[in-house]
Amino acid sequence: MLRYLVAAALLATSSAAQEVPQAFVGARVLPITSPPLENGTVVIHEGKIVAVGEASAVEVPAGATQHDLRGKIVMPGLVDTHSHAGDVEGGDGSAPMQPDVRVLDSINVRDPRIQKAQAGGITTANIMSGSGHLLSGQTLYVKHRDAKAIDELYIYRDDGSLAYGVKMANGTNSRKDPPFPGTRAKSAALIRERFLQAIEYRGKVARANADPSKAPPRDLGLETLIEVLEGERAVHFHTHRHDDIVTILRLAREFDFKVVLQHVSDGWLVADRIAASRHVLGASLILIDSPGGKLEAKDNRFETAGILDEAGVVTGFHTDDSITDSRLFLRMAALGARAGMSRERALYGLTMAGAIMLEMEDRIGSLEPGKDADLVVLSGDPLSVYTQVLETWVDGQSVFDRSDPQDRLYAEGGYGAGQERLSENALRSIVEGEYQ
Amino acid sequence: MSRATPAAGILACLALAGASVAQVAVRGGTVHTVAGAPIQDGVVIVEDGKITFVGPQASRSIPDGLRVLSAEVVVPGLIDARSTIGVSGYLNQRHDQDQVEGSGPIQPELRAIDAYNPRETLVGWARSYGVTTIHTGHAPLALVSGQTAIVKTRGETLEEALIKPLAMISATLGEGARAGRDKAPGTRAKMAAMLRTELIRASEYAEKRAGDDSEKLPERDLRLETLAQVLSGEVPLLVTAHRAQDILTALRIREEFDIPVVLDGAAEAYEVLDRIQSAEVPVILHATMLRSRGETENLSFETASKLVEAGILTAIQGGYEAYVPKSRLVLFEAGVAAAHGLGFENALRSVTLDAARILGIDGRVGSLEVGKDGDLALYDGDPFEYTTHCVGVVIEGEVVSEEVR
Repeated sequence: MLRYLVAAALLATSSAAQEVPQAFVGARVLPITSPPLENGTVVIHEGKIVAVGEASAVEVPAGATQHDLRGKIVMPGLVDTHSHAGDVEGGDGSAPMQPDVRVLDSINVRDPRIQKAQAGGITTANIMSGSGHLLSGQTLYVKHRDAKAIDELYIYRDDGSLAYGVKMANGTNSRKDPPFPGTRAKSAALIRERFLQAIEYRGKVARANADPSKAPPRDLGLETLIEVLEGERAVHFHTHRHDDIVTILRLAREFDFKVVLQHVSDGWLVADRIAASRHVLGASLILIDSPGGKLEAKDNRFETAGILDEAGVVTGFHTDDSITDSRLFLRMAALGARAGMSRERALYGLTMAGAIMLEMEDRIGSLEPGKDADLVVLSGDPLSVYTQVLETWVDGQSVFDRSDPQDRLYAEGGYGAGQERLSENALRSIVEGEYQ
Repeated sequence: MSRATPAAGILACLALAGASVAQVAVRGGTVHTVAGAPIQDGVVIVEDGKITFVGPQASRSIPDGLRVLSAEVVVPGLIDARSTIGVSGYLNQRHDQDQVEGSGPIQPELRAIDAYNPRETLVGWARSYGVTTIHTGHAPLALVSGQTAIVKTRGETLEEALIKPLAMISATLGEGARAGRDKAPGTRAKMAAMLRTELIRASEYAEKRAGDDSEKLPERDLRLETLAQVLSGEVPLLVTAHRAQDILTALRIREEFDIPVVLDGAAEAYEVLDRIQSAEVPVILHATMLRSRGETENLSFETASKLVEAGILTAIQGGYEAYVPKSRLVLFEAGVAAAHGLGFENALRSVTLDAARILGIDGRVGSLEVGKDGDLALYDGDPFEYTTHCVGVVIEGEVVSEEVR
């Protein structure tokens, strides 16, 4: 019953917002790709950023809803390049490489961790299956909108296709009993074998020249690998140890695929090699409070962020939710700054670097006219422990507001914070009778 | 990085060797004594390992021959009130995991001191961030998993580190105690039944052992002997319980046997604050950033503030972790609590003086007062800020870390 009452309350305040422009005024604005604005104005309309500048230089459109944010900070929505929010499942135990498997077929959009990601200021995420396979499946790039079904989280590319990548892993996680590889060399051999199959398959398809009688049977997995080979999809490669990182660079060169290095614990040992690879879109780090926990992460250190950034690698961060809590994603960058990364680059790492790694740098990651209206309002310095995320906006819609008791429950925790919450959309549907 | 710590520690020892060991003066822009108001431009003088002066720099000249350290902020050495550091190693391989013995659900005779490795990487890691005392030992992974001990984060042998060989007995009510399919205990009610049975057995054993007739004395039983120390009130039972109903079970057993209980974990403590308060049971709260799932799904960043507000003696722990991070750091955990209602002063107390009080070592550590151990942590700003660094650590007057962390 409580949910229905909440639904009614939500309906009273939501929705109509987007028909008029929204102006965020008075805040210190951090556009990321340009210098901070001490008294900035950000105007959004119809899901896009319309204007960003000092208050004196931006005219707030007549009729715009104004948000007075004096004393607050506004920055772009955070980009999490590696999350497992949504109770995801990927490939099963039957094979070490399962490129036909899509994580989107398993995501529960009502998982409270998605609410918590909104509470943490994360607006875009790459949701992936786990690292227990050489290739555990296709990932999904999502916007953390309020949703009642997975398709409401989709991001479409310019050609109308869905935005996603492919999840791979090397090192110890994907080593198991057969048919999984038992050694590192076997891991690399299986990957090479499968990519060579894809190359042959691609040749057969080409030679069939659209004649169905000559075409090989469709193979969903190899079709996906062809997309990887043709640069249509990036590989998100879980890796820790320095030699495993270098193995990935070797494979990427051999098969000419784009790769995002994920975790990269030993990245500080091979920073120059990573920087020199033209196949690497970037390195996405997880900074873990203590070293170890697994053998490959024994040399994990906060300094890696600054070292990779200074080496010229596009360096960002991820939550690996639930390895770290999405509500504390800002903290990750702060730990990088603690250990030598500049504050500016740390904030870049939370936003633009992630956008680049998801190949969406023209749409998200900074506050610039024409980009998606994804932004967060903070109570203070983004790198301070005392700062709270106050509001999160995705595509011009408010998805988190700390002053809302339900939103606050997910932000702080408490009884019920571990339970699914019906989204605003779902609540609206109930009230409107769609679920009768 | 953490590997440099032992080396720095050794160098510090060498530098001080021969001269009057363990003499140091620490100046702080702000000195948080925790025993009273912060002192601006303060100094703490440590001689022969003990604090001999705390006050404004202007009021006391530093004796000749003392090494002088300075930092923006000086606080008492931090205390992790519930950890498995030194027992559960950082590599997380079978050979370095001694936090639980799987052969039985009730093994209070297992001593933490027989497992503690003072050279373990995580000891140096915690020390380099300002943690000088840890309450460590068996993990909340069995109904009664074993003993805990209290050590300083220094020394190359147990003896050099140890300050209390038997601190508490670790018991668990909830998921950590579930023994698996067709094994006992398999349910919550069975956990309580087994614990009660064993306490009754220990009570009977203690009574018989106290008898006059040496012919009738029962054979010594280490397990029951240890539990008898709980029944006599000498050693608290550290009960890990997250769900509200498990917390209440712990309080019920405490009342039934009139034993000292310290609550550990306590994710849903905010649901039963009045019950905890009226039982006058202290709480060693879970790490603030502990994962919220399973029986901790309802944990809140604000629980520490609610406990303190209710007048409950509260410490924040680093706790046990099975994966990455292999340990959490009380400095970071208290910081997040500070930012979620607890505030700076109370957060600092929760990892210094209040932790010491719960552990029964507040006569020795936990605040900067004359006569206490010279354990200090030095920072270049607010210790709880993400971007502040620990710049020095002193244990009983020895400079044990000068890393910038």
